[in-house]
Amino acid sequence: MSTQELSRTKSAIDKSTASLALEFGHAWDYAPAPEAKDHVRIQPRYDLFVGGRWTAPKSGKYFLTTSPSTEESLAEVAEASAEDVDLAVKAARTAYEKYWAKMRPAERAKYIFRIARAIQEKARELAIVESMDGGKPIKESRDVDIPLAAAHFFYHAGWADKLDYAFHGRKVRPLGVAGQIIPWNFPLLMAAWKIAPALACGNTVVLKPAETTPLTALLLAHIIEEAELPPGVVNIVTGAGPTGAALVAHPDVNKIAFTGSTEVGKKIQKAIAGSRKRLTLELGGKAANVIFGDAPLDQAVEGIVNGIYFNQGHVCCAGSRLLVEESVHDVVVKKLKDRLQNLRLGDPLDKNTDVGAINSKMQLEKIKELVAAGEHEGATRYSAPCALPDKGYWFPPTFFTGAAQASRIAREEIFGPVLTVMTFRTPDEAVEKANNTMYGLSAGIWTDKGAKIFWMAGKLKAGVIWGNTYNKFDPTSPFGGYKESGFGREGGRHGLSAYVEVV
Amino acid sequence: MSTESDHAKTANGTMEFRAGTPGRGGGIPLFAPPPVDQIAVEERAASLAKRSIKKAAKVAGLKLAIRMMDLTTLEGKDTAGKVRQLCRKALTPLDSDPSLGPCAAICVYPNFVAIAKEALAGSTVKVASVATAFPSGQSPLSIKLDDTKRAVDFGADEIDMVIDRGAMLAGDYAKVFDEIAATKEACRHAHLKVILETGELGTYDVVRKASDLAIAAGADFIKTSTGKVQPAATPPVTLVMLEAIRDHYYATGRKIGMKPAGGVRTAKQSLHYLVLVKETLGDAWLTPDLFRFGASALLNDVLMQLEKERTGVYQASEDFSKD
Repeated sequence: MSTQELSRTKSAIDKSTASLALEFGHAWDYAPAPEAKDHVRIQPRYDLFVGGRWTAPKSGKYFLTTSPSTEESLAEVAEASAEDVDLAVKAARTAYEKYWAKMRPAERAKYIFRIARAIQEKARELAIVESMDGGKPIKESRDVDIPLAAAHFFYHAGWADKLDYAFHGRKVRPLGVAGQIIPWNFPLLMAAWKIAPALACGNTVVLKPAETTPLTALLLAHIIEEAELPPGVVNIVTGAGPTGAALVAHPDVNKIAFTGSTEVGKKIQKAIAGSRKRLTLELGGKAANVIFGDAPLDQAVEGIVNGIYFNQGHVCCAGSRLLVEESVHDVVVKKLKDRLQNLRLGDPLDKNTDVGAINSKMQLEKIKELVAAGEHEGATRYSAPCALPDKGYWFPPTFFTGAAQASRIAREEIFGPVLTVMTFRTPDEAVEKANNTMYGLSAGIWTDKGAKIFWMAGKLKAGVIWGNTYNKFDPTSPFGGYKESGFGREGGRHGLSAYVEVV
Repeated sequence: MSTESDHAKTANGTMEFRAGTPGRGGGIPLFAPPPVDQIAVEERAASLAKRSIKKAAKVAGLKLAIRMMDLTTLEGKDTAGKVRQLCRKALTPLDSDPSLGPCAAICVYPNFVAIAKEALAGSTVKVASVATAFPSGQSPLSIKLDDTKRAVDFGADEIDMVIDRGAMLAGDYAKVFDEIAATKEACRHAHLKVILETGELGTYDVVRKASDLAIAAGADFIKTSTGKVQPAATPPVTLVMLEAIRDHYYATGRKIGMKPAGGVRTAKQSLHYLVLVKETLGDAWLTPDLFRFGASALLNDVLMQLEKERTGVYQASEDFSKD
């Protein structure tokens, strides 16, 4: 082959529309590798964790939490009424005044370190329960959710006695009682994101986990109990929307921290308008993952997969809009198609599962509705050719090409394993399209040129920007959004200011 | 800037094979292989290493690995006796289980090709010979080509050549390309495996460049290492090379083989390499025709694991023949 042929080969790769697909069949199949769950004990019924005690709800009501991969009921969980929320807030207030605000910061740190270590010790059990209750693959709960949850407690424990040095020499004081409402996509991790900084800064907490995934927060309550935190420093009240609304509306809560949908975030903001409550919101996203022609394409394809199919796309910062330079569009799509054949969808507890179950029936319906809208709007759909289990809620990894910037699948958050691929021609156009959204939580940039990453990062209206990677989290790094993705930061030094008053 | 006279000074006879303009970095205009992101490619290789391969999948994978093995001895102290023993091992890896094997090939120095050929006569086991002034490749091209021709004359079915890493790192891609093309010609009917010696290339970008060059110049297989330099084969380096093979397949439909060599010592490692192949190139490459392991110590560990799966207990290492 001559050098001319060589360069032709190169351009042929870029422009190839040939149908040379690879075959990912059954020449060598992996045997099932289920994580053993026999040692995991899930109680038949969970009460509320209020004032350091497990107490039955005043409402007398319980609801079922089910496994989205099998549709089996896992446990009964108490439904906290406004009265229960009131008791929890009172317990938190008492604990704040009596113990937590008075305690030496280094002493507070000891308790938080204890929680962190206990999460590590019980990591396997927590990971299994997280996957059973939420449907996410065990490899993600084992390698991402649980280790990061522990890391957030470790990190913030370190801050507890150093707050005087975090704000340019100014002193801070805690806010009081923090009401925290978390989503179902990273149940334990979101609990850690909320509880760890609140405690480190000297606040006490009433936390409401999502109604579809309450179990790991309840296991965390057990850990907090075993760590012998003073009663009422952390209270866990389970329930659905009305429970959260009661917490938001409670007059003795000093701060609300919410992670969830933009729709609910707006309601919360309305509800507390005019009060003295502090608020941070971490809401939806429709992040642009931008791939330039000079990017390391094989790694960028991994970034696309990690950006949108990680946790079934139930990620507020998911890279759900792929903006790819037109010159490499075809080759990227071809590589992505072959890559999708390798995603293993199925039992979340199988160690080789890449894509687990959709978290709830309701969410599955929403995904289906938006995918149907995408097809109706004329975009071309490609779904991985994987078999879906009979029971449970499933959706195959999917992407759309040829979608218009104005289409619903390019504008609305799908919160599922569905990617919308669009093209751009120049860096300026990439910036314009990336910012052309009501959201602004995150973005990804893929190029071999460092300068281009920095140039573009400065122009993107997004709180978190990844360069040549995606969906990387660290407790030292602040996370949060622009525009309708919310306000306030979690993690890092910036995250502390959400839980203190600078005096 | 390199000039014509710079190259004349090397006096190794490569000039006649030059396809492009000689010169540092300017060797082949428009030759621009895609960049490789180090962090991301290592992350991907590590994530594939987490695949859990148990029970039937493990047994099937290990049996396949045996059939993909190029059983290798490349030492100054090699003797006819040693080579014959190794041939015997390649034919029947485990006397108690004749269903295992045979290995894909025996890999030896040219001096032992005829002996291996005789010992393996009538079998499917190929004889691979290293050539081209293995392992450094620091000899004039005429000697490298002579080395190759003689090995083929001795009966080698496969030639494992080394590239000129010095030229590669100096940016003289034309020289690297031409030497591979010339060696391919000298191989005649023998299959050509091109050893990149990735442990000397420094970055994944250069590994990718060398892979593309070798493939374009006529390699049937690309191979990571001589086994004489550390690090030898690693999963991320292998992944980068598999990606080069994939892009070439997309562009031309031609299937190039891959051979990690050196550093693959355990059954578990071999399974991870098979995972890399399965999830990067798919079913078509899960065959000894397109994937090989260059190894010497690996076979006994694979046999030990297979015996463990069969009997439920580990045997002592003394229970396996050490050839």
